Amino acid sequence: MVAVDEVSFDVNEGEIFGLIGPNGAGKTTTMECVEGLRTPDRGTISVLGLNPFHDVYRLQDRIGVQLQQAQLQKRIKVWEAVDLWAALYQKKTVDGERLLEQLGLIEKRNAWFMNLSGGQKQRLFIALALINDPEVVFLDELTTGLDPQSRRAIWDLVRGIRERGKTVFLTTHLMEEAERLCDRVAIIEHGRIIDIDCPQSLVKRHCPERTVVLATDGLNAAEHFRVILRVEEVICSNSQFTIRGRGDDLVTEVIHCLSENQMRVTDFRTVLPNLEDVFLKLTGRSIRD
Amino acid sequence: MTMMMRGLWKLTWIEIKIFLREPLGAFGTIGFPVLVFLAWGRIASPKMATTPVAASGFIRVGLPVLASLLIAVSSVLSLVTIISIYREGGILKRLRATPLRPQTILTAHVIVKLTLTAATLALLVIAGKRYYPVGVQVPFFSFTMALLISTWSILSIGFVIASIVPTARFAQPIGAIILYPMIALSGLFVPLESLPPVLHAVARVLPLTYAVSLLEGIWSGDAWLAHVGDVAALVVVFLVCTALSTKVFRWE
Repeated sequence: MVAVDEVSFDVNEGEIFGLIGPNGAGKTTTMECVEGLRTPDRGTISVLGLNPFHDVYRLQDRIGVQLQQAQLQKRIKVWEAVDLWAALYQKKTVDGERLLEQLGLIEKRNAWFMNLSGGQKQRLFIALALINDPEVVFLDELTTGLDPQSRRAIWDLVRGIRERGKTVFLTTHLMEEAERLCDRVAIIEHGRIIDIDCPQSLVKRHCPERTVVLATDGLNAAEHFRVILRVEEVICSNSQFTIRGRGDDLVTEVIHCLSENQMRVTDFRTVLPNLEDVFLKLTGRSIRD
Repeated sequence: MTMMMRGLWKLTWIEIKIFLREPLGAFGTIGFPVLVFLAWGRIASPKMATTPVAASGFIRVGLPVLASLLIAVSSVLSLVTIISIYREGGILKRLRATPLRPQTILTAHVIVKLTLTAATLALLVIAGKRYYPVGVQVPFFSFTMALLISTWSILSIGFVIASIVPTARFAQPIGAIILYPMIALSGLFVPLESLPPVLHAVARVLPLTYAVSLLEGIWSGDAWLAHVGDVAALVVVFLVCTALSTKVFRWE
């Protein structure tokens, strides 16, 4: 079975690049080929000028890896794991204790791996991925299974990695994560890359629609809204209106119409499309299916 | 190379510490055989005191060899279990995503097991001195070497088993099913010559047969030269099994 087919992309130095797609799309397979953990049947991969298959040990020395659903020995202590990892690299490693401090794990340094929470385990894996001061960091489904609070804390850590000049290559099936974190994303489905761009451009190109939802008791409101330029659809239920159209000017036009007709507004919000909508548009299905 | 060694010693040391933190780890592997040995000693020693020569058969040579062999087999079984748990939990894969060589990971585990085997044997000897006064003339150093060579060879069988067991849950039973019958056919309980021809032929290709011959010989004071064939057989087993497991070993 072919999990990944004809995938081609470049990751720029110093950016956070995301490979996004539903579970089973081929994200992990692609990433493991790049990391040198898996051998592709054909094609070429170059990471830091090295071939991940032939130069795997030289490559491993310069990259940091966090694997999806990885575990450590149940009864290994946090400091022992960091200490062990520090001994594995040929190049100069960073100060493990400082790393634990930065990742908020210093009070847990003597705890066994099995007694850590999900968020603490992920932070430890980030520490292990950073111990050799890598040039490229690979993060596979970093925040899957974490509560929103830990997730946000980890996003800050990843941004911190970029600020230190590292390149980050991550995979996620969470569109919010991709939108908030990635400089550029590649959308992958059924082992093929559908599009690559920065999140905002993807949204702009594929989903130019804007939606305004408002509540008003103004007379003939629906008629007024329908004549606005760029409006394509007006749905009305009781005094709630959903106005759909294209272009950035739609919101301005709606506000203009409201004030021109002196309509009293009790609720007003805009719904902007996001990567989730882009995915739906490009694949015809929701990423959560 | 030095880099590899550094990772190796650190990994070995951590694995020993982790092993000792297991609830039944230290007791099951080191304490239990010693206790069984002491219990046997209590039962057997009065008899030995009265008939030191008559008891010479199984009690004097067979029992120590059996105890040693059980240490070796139990450490191999625990290795098989650990490898499959590490694989199932993704620990092997995580270790592989570093510059650590696969051989280093496996070597660390072999060193841990050999160390524990030697430690258990040392404890047995100390305990045994109390109950087995005849054992004083036994060449302990040579016997330890013989046991380490045997364990090393059986460990390679363990790697083949670890390579093929589907899940950690099956590791221990499958290992036991393969290894314990080997002890039964090893010539320890029944002389090989008195086995039916078919079983005799089977026994001749089983590595434990050579381990038993080596251990019994060295324990009884034979020279190493008399057992070159046994050592060679154990080395061949190691080479074949190592080659086989590098072919079929799965990291995840």
